[in-house]
Amino acid sequence: MNSAIRRLAVAAIFLILALLANATYTQAFRADDLNGRNDNRRTRDEQFSVDRGPILVAGQPVAESKPSNDRYVYQRTYANGPQYAHVTGFYSYLFGRSGIEQTENSQLNGSDPSLVFRRLIDMITGQRQQGASVTLTLNPRAQKAAYDGLAKNNYHGAVVALDPKTGAVLASVSTPSYDPNLIASHDLGKVDNAWQRLLKDPDKPMLNRAERETYPPGSTFKLVTLAAALSTGRYNKDTQVASPARMDLPQTTADLTNHNGRNCGGSDNATLLIALRNSCNTSFGRLGLDLGPDALRDQAEKFGFGERQLPELGGVASQFPDDPNQPQTAQSAIGQYDVRGTPLQMAMVAAAIANRGELMKPYLVAAVRTADLKTIEQTKPEALHQAVSPEVAAQLTEMMVDVVDNGTGRPARIDGVKLAGKTGTAQVSDSRPPYAWFVSFAPADDPKVAVAVVIEKAGVERSDIAGGRLAGPIARDVIQAVINAG
Amino acid sequence: MSASATSIIQVIPRSRRGVELMLLIVALVVAVGAYVNVGITMQGRVPASTGYYAAALVVLAVIAHVTLRLRAPYADPVLLPCVVLLNGLGLAMIHRIDLAKDEATAAEQLTWTAIGVLLFVAMLVAIRDHRRLQALTYTSGLVGLVLLILPLLPVIGVTRNGSRIWVNLAGMSFQPGEVAKLALVIFFAGYLVVKRDVLALAGHRFLGLDLPRARDLGPIGLAWLASLGVLVFERDLGSSLLLFSLFLVLLYVATERSGWIVVGMALFIAGAFLSYELFGHVRVRVDKWQHPFSDYGGQLAETLFGMAYGGILGRGLGEGRPDLIVYSRSDSIIGAFAEELGLTGLMVILLVFLLIVERGLRMALACRDVFGKLIAAGLAMSFAVQVFVVIGGVTGLIPLTGLTTPFMSLGGTSLVANWAIIGLLLRISDQARRPQLPAAPVSEHTIAMAVQK
Repeated sequence: MNSAIRRLAVAAIFLILALLANATYTQAFRADDLNGRNDNRRTRDEQFSVDRGPILVAGQPVAESKPSNDRYVYQRTYANGPQYAHVTGFYSYLFGRSGIEQTENSQLNGSDPSLVFRRLIDMITGQRQQGASVTLTLNPRAQKAAYDGLAKNNYHGAVVALDPKTGAVLASVSTPSYDPNLIASHDLGKVDNAWQRLLKDPDKPMLNRAERETYPPGSTFKLVTLAAALSTGRYNKDTQVASPARMDLPQTTADLTNHNGRNCGGSDNATLLIALRNSCNTSFGRLGLDLGPDALRDQAEKFGFGERQLPELGGVASQFPDDPNQPQTAQSAIGQYDVRGTPLQMAMVAAAIANRGELMKPYLVAAVRTADLKTIEQTKPEALHQAVSPEVAAQLTEMMVDVVDNGTGRPARIDGVKLAGKTGTAQVSDSRPPYAWFVSFAPADDPKVAVAVVIEKAGVERSDIAGGRLAGPIARDVIQAVINAG
Repeated sequence: MSASATSIIQVIPRSRRGVELMLLIVALVVAVGAYVNVGITMQGRVPASTGYYAAALVVLAVIAHVTLRLRAPYADPVLLPCVVLLNGLGLAMIHRIDLAKDEATAAEQLTWTAIGVLLFVAMLVAIRDHRRLQALTYTSGLVGLVLLILPLLPVIGVTRNGSRIWVNLAGMSFQPGEVAKLALVIFFAGYLVVKRDVLALAGHRFLGLDLPRARDLGPIGLAWLASLGVLVFERDLGSSLLLFSLFLVLLYVATERSGWIVVGMALFIAGAFLSYELFGHVRVRVDKWQHPFSDYGGQLAETLFGMAYGGILGRGLGEGRPDLIVYSRSDSIIGAFAEELGLTGLMVILLVFLLIVERGLRMALACRDVFGKLIAAGLAMSFAVQVFVVIGGVTGLIPLTGLTTPFMSLGGTSLVANWAIIGLLLRISDQARRPQLPAAPVSEHTIAMAVQK
């Protein structure tokens, strides 16, 4: 009997060992996986109890955690909620996180590995864990000017402003916007209502049009076509190009026409300078055909097309069509057909031209600092591509200044500031009103800011001047906000 | 099996009650410390009830200890401190979850602890020699059977959480299955003492295993059917499993034939397969085990989240969220410990259980009579199986079956029954370790009598 009892003793050890092994697997190895699950109330509640770091713009919080007296210790609040909504994103118990709240989450809640030392000190001194602060590159005056310009007119659209020399995002606005405070509230019933309403809203207020929506860039894409032409060395601003009122598209019965149905500059030929000044479709269509789709795509990609930009906000890639035929190439050269660009992308085109042809990588987070203001992360500007040579950039700048001084960009003129710009309108279909575009940078001789403005539903007028008239003043206000501040 | 009394060198056993006292002090300090810790983290102060709680626990421990000194001085010194530790920790955790839920069940559990200790004392006082219980073999069998059937009776039987294992009497509810465990072990042991020689006879040899003869399969078949009956009519997966494995263990110890284990396993697999195919409630259990996250806030999901949240070192008593787990005071209490004391605390608890099991088996080894050996081995293994089934179920190793965690879970019957079991084990232990009178010369007469037997 004793040998049987001894075997039972071993069996009992194995039973307990199996329990220990299983518990070890769950608590040591599977723990991260379980803690990260969405349906885990413990970790979600805990996150809500953390003193989350603020998101700062010029030293002022645009998102911060304030002590709260309800079921959670802190309430996330957004000063100027709608103005910054698409940048900060929201921090919600029910619906997770978005924007910077999402991408910088581990820094904001203090769980990032770079904060491990800080956490240790907090643990020893018995202090509550405090998250790091995230300072954004935004310029509050530029952001306000951009938001006001769009929101006051009830425009649907977006504005992106970049520092051409660094790639820092100075303004990023999308309208219609929403108030993230509604989503971050602890009154979960109200949060759910607000969320459902925002989701059902046909105007899509939660869509970040500045980085996550692509539009046909229309005539603003002529800058890319022009850059490709100038880069060949076979063209300069005085090169004569065809500029008829109507151009026969090869292989089709369709024609390419100018907006006003007339030729550009009074004859069927014009210099490139005049063609850009008047945003001459036939000239640029012809130019596109002469250069070919590969040259256009190469140039577009040097400006950042085809890459996801600003992943911090989930930015999408802008596109140039893969294999367009001849009429499609001509259409693409003037920013129609399947060319799609985000407002950010078109701001990058202007910024690269402004920065002597060098395209800087756009970024939004300037620095991350611990609660006791120790900097743990600082973004260094980074070059992406040499989009065009400095000489070509200089020629483009000169021609863009002319657009504002003498051409379609006149509504954006600022006294005493040399402004370079390009207007655009883009049609999606005959039934929909066109999009109005304006891309620009200033001052032209020492650029401090590059701006792209897009307005959906830009009224019924389909002339190119509409882009300048609607979008131009907003760009002007943003530029002034940046220049006057500096 | 026979313990040889012919050896010249006599080990002189010491009573070891002093060791027990030291260990008891450690167990009490930990238990009361846990209670105070809960108060400090959850209420910001040492709970006012600490004095009452500590005094009650100390008095009960002292009563148990003094009883051992007087009535079973040579009993194992480790068992009682282990049980006091588990019981005390269980009380602290129940109190902690009471605070979170704004309820008061810990006081009730303390009362049941007192009743348990009294029963423990009663066992030691009433049973002077465990061998006398052998006379009660069939009575115990009958009592065990009645206790198993009791919840099925109309009026007093109650169905709770899908299982019909409760009895309501005079406004109090009991889980008679816990007491049946003790009665049935006595029955099995008494029965096997008589029948072991027959059942140990070699049968067929197959693949290197001695398989029993077909006509000897009667008893194990009955045990199997009884277990299935518990499963079918009371929907109590855990008790069913425990009942069958107890019989199997005792059969194996009595006959030393691994063939019985093979037969038993085959029957178990057949039973498991049948019940999975036939009974919806078994399928539901298996399904919930395989897909713990399919419904929000499920018992297993919340336990797993709690375990992950606790991690290796635990959140600390009062710092976790064990109240999110259903039945966190009863079936799932081990999940609460895993969350607040971490993997480390869980390991300690599991090792204390292992210690109880191994000490019990040691008593079986040391015991000089077959009946005592079988009872000790059976009761010790009942803890092993019960702990494996309930903790394995709660932590997701096997499907959840719904048994109590001995000494920790909220629930009077289980606590009292397990204290009684410890009383019986210590009685056997005392008998086993008590110094024997020097072996008297064996006379021809006694040998003749022994042979006749």
